[in-house]
Amino acid sequence: MTANDPNGQELLEVRKVSKRFPGVRALHEVSLSMNEGEVVAVIGENGAGKSTLMKILAGVQTQDTGEILIDGKTVNLDSVEAALEHGVSLIHQELNLADNLDVGANIFLGREPLKGLFINRGKIHADARQYLEMVGLDVDPAMIVGDLTIGHQQMVEIAKALSVNSRILIMDEPTSSLSTKETESLFKVVKDLRSKGISVIYISHRLGEVKELADRVVVLRDGENAGELARKEINHDAMVKMMVGRDISQFYSRTQHEPGDVMLEVTDVRTPVHPAHKLSFKVRAGEIVGMAGLVGAGRTEMLQTVYGVTPALEGTIKVAGKDVQPQQPIDAIELGMVLAPEDRKQQGLVLEMSVRDNMSLASLRRDQNKGFLNRQKEREISAEMIAKMRVKTPTEHQIVQFLSGGNQQKVVLGKWLAMEPKVLLLDEPTRGIDVGAKQEIYKLMEELAGRGVAILFVSSEMEEVIGMSDRTLVMHEGRITGELNREDLSEESIMQLATGGTLN
Amino acid sequence: MKKVLGIFGLLVAVFLITAMASDSFLKPYNMENLIRRTALFGIIGIGVAFVIITGGIDLSIGSVVCLIGCGFPFMVMELKWSVGLAVCVVILASLAIGLLHGTLVTKLRLQPFVVTLCGLLFYRGVTRGFTRDQTMGFRNELSGFRKIANGEIDIPGISLGIPMPCIILLIVAVLAGLFLNYTIYGRYLLALGRNEQAAKYSGINTDRMIIVAYVICSLLSGLGGMLFVLDVGSAQPSDFGNFYELYAIAAAVLGGCSLRGGEGYITGVIIGAALMQVLKNMINLIDAIPTNIEYAVIGAVILCGVATDEIVKRAAAKRKAAKEFEAAKAG
Repeated sequence: MTANDPNGQELLEVRKVSKRFPGVRALHEVSLSMNEGEVVAVIGENGAGKSTLMKILAGVQTQDTGEILIDGKTVNLDSVEAALEHGVSLIHQELNLADNLDVGANIFLGREPLKGLFINRGKIHADARQYLEMVGLDVDPAMIVGDLTIGHQQMVEIAKALSVNSRILIMDEPTSSLSTKETESLFKVVKDLRSKGISVIYISHRLGEVKELADRVVVLRDGENAGELARKEINHDAMVKMMVGRDISQFYSRTQHEPGDVMLEVTDVRTPVHPAHKLSFKVRAGEIVGMAGLVGAGRTEMLQTVYGVTPALEGTIKVAGKDVQPQQPIDAIELGMVLAPEDRKQQGLVLEMSVRDNMSLASLRRDQNKGFLNRQKEREISAEMIAKMRVKTPTEHQIVQFLSGGNQQKVVLGKWLAMEPKVLLLDEPTRGIDVGAKQEIYKLMEELAGRGVAILFVSSEMEEVIGMSDRTLVMHEGRITGELNREDLSEESIMQLATGGTLN
Repeated sequence: MKKVLGIFGLLVAVFLITAMASDSFLKPYNMENLIRRTALFGIIGIGVAFVIITGGIDLSIGSVVCLIGCGFPFMVMELKWSVGLAVCVVILASLAIGLLHGTLVTKLRLQPFVVTLCGLLFYRGVTRGFTRDQTMGFRNELSGFRKIANGEIDIPGISLGIPMPCIILLIVAVLAGLFLNYTIYGRYLLALGRNEQAAKYSGINTDRMIIVAYVICSLLSGLGGMLFVLDVGSAQPSDFGNFYELYAIAAAVLGGCSLRGGEGYITGVIIGAALMQVLKNMINLIDAIPTNIEYAVIGAVILCGVATDEIVKRAAAKRKAAKEFEAAKAG
């Protein structure tokens, strides 16, 4: 299926590359090839080996066996410098910019042109402008990077890669923190680069993007090649099937529950971030309510206010009929409302602690023995939750940092399920986790709703909102612009409200 | 336990070297004194360990030792207050200092370094002010009460007695160990030291726990200050307790506390405190080492100890990884 260049010369060829880590076979005889000006998407569940392969290509890690060829010649990519020299640049999921420096300084960091002993600022800015133009970014090279939006910062990273004459750009989940608009302009840049002969390896969990962008899809599964899809074969079901190795007919399994009493009632609440707007909504027992909107619409801020991280300026919040003005999370937790936050690593988990210690962190207080730890109960909870959530971990003593994203998220959820919540707030519950774990989380949401838990979830994945919600609230610039029932729910109606429009 | 083995080895080595090089090192009088100093520094070391576990630092310990160390004899001798009243004031003052530090750090979000640096300057200045820089001492009074610092419990049959501060350290250490490792609050401290936000999102009142850590630290500094002055009998406001915060912090760091927070071992802190006292003792006793390079020797040994520890840790991690790799290959 490998498409050949008119000259018969492939730009990049990866031949049977294998890599082991202690206890893990990360890659086993993986092959990949690409031509000049081709966009190849590499997809697979978490742990399939995508990032290891990319790190090997970028010179961050070295393969145990196998060869990498560029322009038909075997190359040794044993350092980042070597990879850059051969024209391979990796744009990390987390951007690697010095946000206290200006745009030009970032692009030429470590390669500053000099005028005598001093940095030649004029040349930096003039040259930077040229690369910024290539990515269609119209900002002053003297602007401080920290003042740019995430989307623009990403463009600066790409400009930086172009400035070292990269021919192969590896983008690792580039859209994970971009708004729809920013995503669109990124796509434009990628397509533009392709037409200029630059090749892009595009890694994403978002299959919609892959479908829009990729000339070819390479699927990895358990560290091996699972197959390839040519442009015309790329569709959602085919990709999912190849990734998980089985047919998923019922991805979103929902049954309707008769909604019960109002469990969460938010009335005229103003958040510190968007103080101009009053927010009101209700979530009933057994209901799954989705909260859609663009990135930056104020959904996370709304959840944080309801949960007491950033207390409300005014308004009332009632949980199970009881008035609560949460000043900090514990106030909400005590009434049975919990939050699985958007940023797992910063807010959801203590990464350096074990699975067990994370699982029990919230319930220590409830299970305490006059201030002392109840170790017996701790063990029970972590064993029960590891089993229930099917967390893949060697033991309960494993440090959480070393689990995959999906398993980390299961630990966060396990911690809260141990508290038997009445109201479950989820912020981007499936962000950055693989298809299999996603489906398990959807099943869990369904099961909890069936047991009468009120669930409010924020998601930027349209498909997920449509698949999972009984009712959907849409936010735009800090206010709730509309509510959609299951029958009115569509990508178009959500987008209409999310961009500030109205439904007629 | 494993984490304090390396530092324990270093302590044993320095101990043996000194014992071989000096005749007077193992004499009962010297040993008793060594143990007493270790115990006193161990107490303030345990205090600062709590703050370090939260990811903070307390630079004011030496000045708190000075404030209490001069303030206690001032109250008893100059103001003629009763010992009981003076002890109450010591406890209240230490408590207030800890509360102040903790509140400024959590509610105003000031950096611990800055808050306690100002404390370092302020408490010493205040002490020099109210004492008008005069040395405060007990003269020949209060010898009964002073026994809690300079007394000892005789062990029948041996000429070596157990110094009282050693008993106090033991009580403090057991309580601190229980608190840190067996209560939910200890777990909260360890969790928030690693990731304060995640701890907060999990329903932990992180501000309150941080304040508790600063209060523990100041209370133990106050206790230390009182015991120090009861032990030596007098205190000079301009230099009493100078550099003690650094000894305390060094003991904690040697004992396995990470300045990044979230990690700390009470036994380690005590071993760290002991190591520094043995080093000091060694410099005093061995004639070949000039006494005035004391700080240089202590600094160098601590640096070597911490560096070796890190190197050994890395080697062990590498060995473990290699072993797992072989096992995986074989499996």
